[in-house]
Parts: sequence; C-alpha cells; structure tokens
Amino acid sequence: MAVIVSIPTILRNHTDGEKRVQATGSTLAAVIDDLEANHAGLKDRLINEGKLHRFVNVYVNDEDVRFSGGLDTAVADGDSVTILPAVAGG
Amino acid sequence: MARYDSLIETLGDTPLVGLPHLSPRWTGEAPVRLWAKLEDRNPTGSVKDRPALRMIEQAERDGLLTPGATILEPTSGNTGISLAMAAKLKGYRLICVMPENTSIERRQLLTMFGAEIIDSPARGGSNEAVARAKAIAAEHPEWVMLYQYGNPANPAAHYEGTGPELLRDLPEITHFVAGLGTTGTLMGTGRFLREHVKGIEIVAAEPRYGELVYGLRNIDEGFIPELYDESVLTSRFSVGPFDAVRRTRELIEREGIFAGVSTGAVLHAALGVAAKAIKAGARADIAFIVADGGWKYLSTGAYAGTLEDAEAALDGQLWA
Repeated sequence: MAVIVSIPTILRNHTDGEKRVQATGSTLAAVIDDLEANHAGLKDRLINEGKLHRFVNVYVNDEDVRFSGGLDTAVADGDSVTILPAVAGG
Repeated sequence: MARYDSLIETLGDTPLVGLPHLSPRWTGEAPVRLWAKLEDRNPTGSVKDRPALRMIEQAERDGLLTPGATILEPTSGNTGISLAMAAKLKGYRLICVMPENTSIERRQLLTMFGAEIIDSPARGGSNEAVARAKAIAAEHPEWVMLYQYGNPANPAAHYEGTGPELLRDLPEITHFVAGLGTTGTLMGTGRFLREHVKGIEIVAAEPRYGELVYGLRNIDEGFIPELYDESVLTSRFSVGPFDAVRRTRELIEREGIFAGVSTGAVLHAALGVAAKAIKAGARADIAFIVADGGWKYLSTGAYAGTLEDAEAALDGQLWA
C-alpha cells in the first residue's frame, strides 16, 4: 500500500531535500513508522508524546486527520498524505 | 426599509442565495442544495466588517479605545480594510502590520482609507505579521491592538449576527462551510448553529498556500489562533490554489457570482460535502460564506489564462 507523502520545506533535511517521498502502511501511524525507517528523525518531529505535534497538520487526501481518526486514520493505496506546519491565516 | 444613518449601520443582514446550477440536486424528495451567503454586501465588501466593527465597539465599551487613539493590527488585508473604514469614521489612527506578499489592491484600499502599513516578510506569511505586531505592541503600550486572532468579539460578531441570520433564512440547514483564517467565522457561527440545529456539521476550508508561506525556521514557530476550538468543527479540508481558482471560476460561469479566491476554496469543500450526501442518499442544505468579491484579487492572475497559469501566478501570494 504505497502512498505519496508531501514533506514541508522545514522537514526536508530528513529527506535529502525531497519534496515528495513514498511510504507504505494501512494507517497514518504505520506510514509514519515507515517514513522513520527510511528518513531517520522524521517521526520525532511529527509526533510528541504519542500524538501529532501541536503545530503539525497532516492531511490524508486533503482532509485534516485530527477529524478523521488521528494517527489511526486509514490510508489506502494511492492516497496522498500532506504534512504542513500550522501557520496563521486571516 | 433600506435607509440608514451611516455606512456602518448597513452591516450584516446579507443575502443568502441559492445555487440551482451548481447544486447536485436542487429539487426532489432528497434535495442536496448549496446556498451562498454574500458577505461581500457588507460596508467595505467583506465578511471582516462584522468582527472589525464588533471589536472596535467592544473596545469602546470597555474604555480601551478613547477618541484619537491608535489601533495596531496584524492583517493580511481584509480586516485591515474594515478597521480602516471604521477608524476613519470614528476618528482613530490605524496601523496595519501586513505580509509583503498581499495583493496591491488591498494595499491601495488601506492607504485610501488612511491606514498606515508596516510590512512584514513574505516568508512565514501571517505568522510573521502576528509576531511583528506583538513586538510593536510591547514597545507602544499606549496603542490598542484589537488582535483578531484572540479577541472574543470576533466570534461574537458571528454568534450574534451570521449564525442567527443563517438560521432565520435556512431553518433546514444541515451543513455550514467557511474559510479558516482567524477561525472567528467558524467558531462563532458554528457554536450558534450547534446550539440550535441538531446534527449540524461545521466544515472548515483552509487555504493551502505556496511553500514560501510555510517557510518557518522551526516547527515551534507554528501558530494556532487563540480563538480556535477544534471541538466546534466536524471536519477540516486543505484546499490548494488550483481547486480554489477552478471553483471561483465555476461560481461566476454557472451562477453569476464574482467572488474572491478564498470563496473558491470554500465552495470546493462545500461541493465535497454535497457529493458525500448524494452518495449517502441523504438530503442536505449546505450554506457557505462568500467572504468577499473578486475585485481585490484581479491583479493576482487568478481570473485570466488557464487554471495552470493562475495556479502558478498565485504561488507565494497570500490569496485568501
């Protein structure tokens, strides 16, 4: 189950500057574990005390995972996962 | 009666307009209908007139704003324009801290209304404007920062205005969709509707900008408005410039409504909600906010050329 993960500029030091990387897993947690296996250090930047970091937003197919199951959100082959830092709008 | 003692009195009571062409099922037993609340019909042409006036009036009541006072505010433009109009009529000085990657129209309008602009760097978007404004406020304790991201009068404007208007005009409402910026519109309207409509869904559409805007130095520089309460929302969608522009154009082409680009992002989320209702065979009456008209964004390139051209032109700009 391969998904494409978009990495924000601020975290690309873990992906050799790559904007998009592939990962596998049937849940977001599994995808993040797989990312960590190939891009060491990434998991610590995304997860804090077992939860998504307060200033990190993750979207599966453009939907914020905090409203669709958090780290247990199901992901399927071909889904897109987008990671973004929380910034101000308005 | 449509006679008013001053421009400020014309605030609110905006029209709610059906979209028979864009709605997936306008008539029948289980209609799935879209309704646009035209907030561009406010005094300066944006939804921000509601919180701006409410924040000023609250500060006056609380004795914070006295004649001749200086107001300082971080804004990407629309709140600044609303504050500038009110400040002009009420005799206050206004200083806006604004990211440099905002449209020229917004800057010209602010200047016309007599506001002063302090630029903040494009990198980091509104985060930098907020940080800069907080630093300036600390240096000038005599200035009044209304601070739209944390001022309870912002959602109160929607709790007292937008929410009741929607319920009056669309008692059968099932979904409310709006853009997520300060979060004031969604928090205030969302809370009111949740208290009055069983099972209502409150859906946020968040603009996804180009990389420059997310160029923080570290994750801990991230920003969540103090007003934000996750429990008010049912779901939250990230909408990029391609979909935002595509929907903005569809709104003009199919319904004749000329809206700003952020409205396209909101419409995109609303159509997603509508598609889910169709799939489930459920009826839905989905109201969404048209935050402003397209006039202030003509120079961004969103309204000319192909969608790909427009997407490229918006990269790096704060288009919402």
